[in-house]
Amino acid sequence: MKIIACIKQVPDSEAKIKAENGQINTGDAPLVINPFDEYAVEGALQQREAVSGSTVTALCIGPESAKEALKHALAMGADDAILVSDPALNDLDTVGAARVLAAAIQKVGGVDMVVFGRQTLDNGSGLTSAQTARALGWSLLGLAGQIKVDTLSESKGEERSVSVERVIEEGRQSVKANLPAVISVVQSIGEPRYPSFMGIRKASKAEIPVWSLSDLGIAAPDAIITRSELMNPPARDTSVEIISGESAAEIADKLADKLIAEKVL
Amino acid sequence: MKIFVYIDHFKGEAQATSWEALGLAKSFGATTALVFGSSVDDVAKAALEYGADDVLVADDPALLDFRAETYASTLSAIASSRTPDLILFPTTTRTREFAAMSAVDLNTNVITDATAVEVNGDSIVVTRPIYEGKLFEKVTASAKPQLITLRGRAFPKPEKTAGKTGTITKVEAKTDALTTVEGYSVADVGVSLNDAGVIVSGGRGVSNNPSLQPPAGLDDKQAEIWRAHQGFKLVGELASTLGGAVGASRAAVDGGYIPYSNQVGQTGKVVAPDLYIACGISGAIQHLAGIRSAKMVVAINKDPDAPIFKVARYGVVGDLFQIVPALTEAFKKKLGK
Ligand SMILES: Cc1cc2nc3c(=O)[nH]c(=O)nc-3n(C[C@H](O)[C@H](O)[C@H](O)COP(=O)(O)OP(=O)(O)OC[C@H]3O[C@@H](n4cnc5c(N)ncnc54)[C@H](O)[C@@H]3O)c2cc1C
Repeated sequence: MKIIACIKQVPDSEAKIKAENGQINTGDAPLVINPFDEYAVEGALQQREAVSGSTVTALCIGPESAKEALKHALAMGADDAILVSDPALNDLDTVGAARVLAAAIQKVGGVDMVVFGRQTLDNGSGLTSAQTARALGWSLLGLAGQIKVDTLSESKGEERSVSVERVIEEGRQSVKANLPAVISVVQSIGEPRYPSFMGIRKASKAEIPVWSLSDLGIAAPDAIITRSELMNPPARDTSVEIISGESAAEIADKLADKLIAEKVL
Repeated sequence: MKIFVYIDHFKGEAQATSWEALGLAKSFGATTALVFGSSVDDVAKAALEYGADDVLVADDPALLDFRAETYASTLSAIASSRTPDLILFPTTTRTREFAAMSAVDLNTNVITDATAVEVNGDSIVVTRPIYEGKLFEKVTASAKPQLITLRGRAFPKPEKTAGKTGTITKVEAKTDALTTVEGYSVADVGVSLNDAGVIVSGGRGVSNNPSLQPPAGLDDKQAEIWRAHQGFKLVGELASTLGGAVGASRAAVDGGYIPYSNQVGQTGKVVAPDLYIACGISGAIQHLAGIRSAKMVVAINKDPDAPIFKVARYGVVGDLFQIVPALTEAFKKKLGK
């Protein structure tokens, strides 16, 4: 199987992020692979192990510096990586990103499975996997906590299919589709493996090809969604009142009175 | 302005945020509700009672199970022929997926997780959180229809007018499917975390009661999970006394104490209750990412230096195994339950 894991580079989740003069200030936070996309790489690697002869390619849209995120995927075990980078891609929204990713996936050719993380830490809208599936005309198996490719269907002369357990509000839903398919994964897929020493060495030497829009043969998609203002969240009252007392019952009694008076019940 | 509101439901049970979306839409003008599924008359009638002026229903056995591609095609067909300016959705796992796809069909895009929507004539400006709620942005879409998913509990829920009626019109369902739904294992989740006014959450601390003696024959890991279940029983009793939902930290989920669907935080759910009671949760930044919109946080933790106290309004430094059941008792008495 030819598997692609789509990843993005974002500021680390511990970063202190502020709006300053209409700009986003991420301080000295390091840029890292989007934590949700580490699960995508993990899910892709699991499928490579499950179906012999498979390969995993990490794919990212971003500036030259995003090669570091791709190197993390390589260090985890991805076979190769592609960066799509073009100055015209600075204002991408999710539909734009999906159209560019779809073009890159078509250019790779012969892809069976594309794996995404649930959402990114920065924009957080969680739309790109579904939009890429739609742009490709492939099925979407979203929010998978478990993936299983039916390796026997081919020998039965059927198309190769994949089943996933979707994690939804109400529990789990099992859904099946023929390949090629786009899958988004959640944390239940399993903890992302740590980069191995060998993997880190391989990644540090890797030559990552960079594709421009002209390599993909498409024009820059227009951004449909534009930002007009950036705001810090309203300041919170951060003073804590510690409730104490002689016994658990006394503390509970005082706390219950406070909460009833606050009208939050 | 022509406004549609998509009513999301699971097996005929509408998400409360759907009604919040209807309420918001009605503040802008006449509103048409959209209901998709199979045998969904009751949902359509409820939409009228919650304020919709009329309802378009795509009712087809092939829409019984949600599938992003059929729901997206159905929505795209309706939007192309009826040209709404604005379609509002509650933010759920389903709407994120099929609104996303429909946006590709319609050459527009979706604005997700809206916490405020301002309409000035033809222009619609949406406020939404980014960077896990560390910032907010105001955004506008340049294409029509504007597709906006609303964050749960960010907008007031309208009153229901029992018996209010209106026109219910059948529209065509698009049923070309790429995926097959094979089944469900539906968890008994009780009150949903998305809709809950009160959430009581447990962390790694719920397994930390050395005085509890587990049944013989359990290994260390099993004994830990057994202890955690005793802890979550107390958390659950407090939650149900307050009519609330049960949440958890990732440490509790990874420990096997409780399913992932209960997880609150960066890689779990983002919640917005009026009251969030954290029991035995340290308050890691990834957990806090899920509770930034909580109106009030209460922390119960043994460690006075736990970071959770920095975001809490009230705190108790103590053992949750003593405090939580005492709190349940106190509320039972005071709330007359
Ligand atoms: C990429 C990434 C994503 C993550 N996503 C999430 C997420 O979505 N949600 C999430 O929660 N975490 C998430 N985490 C994990 C997070 O960093 C913390 O590890 C986790 O939240 C810790 O859970 P905890 O507070 O239950 O456990 P701990 O940090 O171990 O805290 C347990 C607390 O319980 C207290 N305690 C112990 N016994 C008692 C007792 N008897 N009575 C009272 N108090 C007691 C202790 O004092 C301590 O403060 C993520 C981490 C990463 C790296």
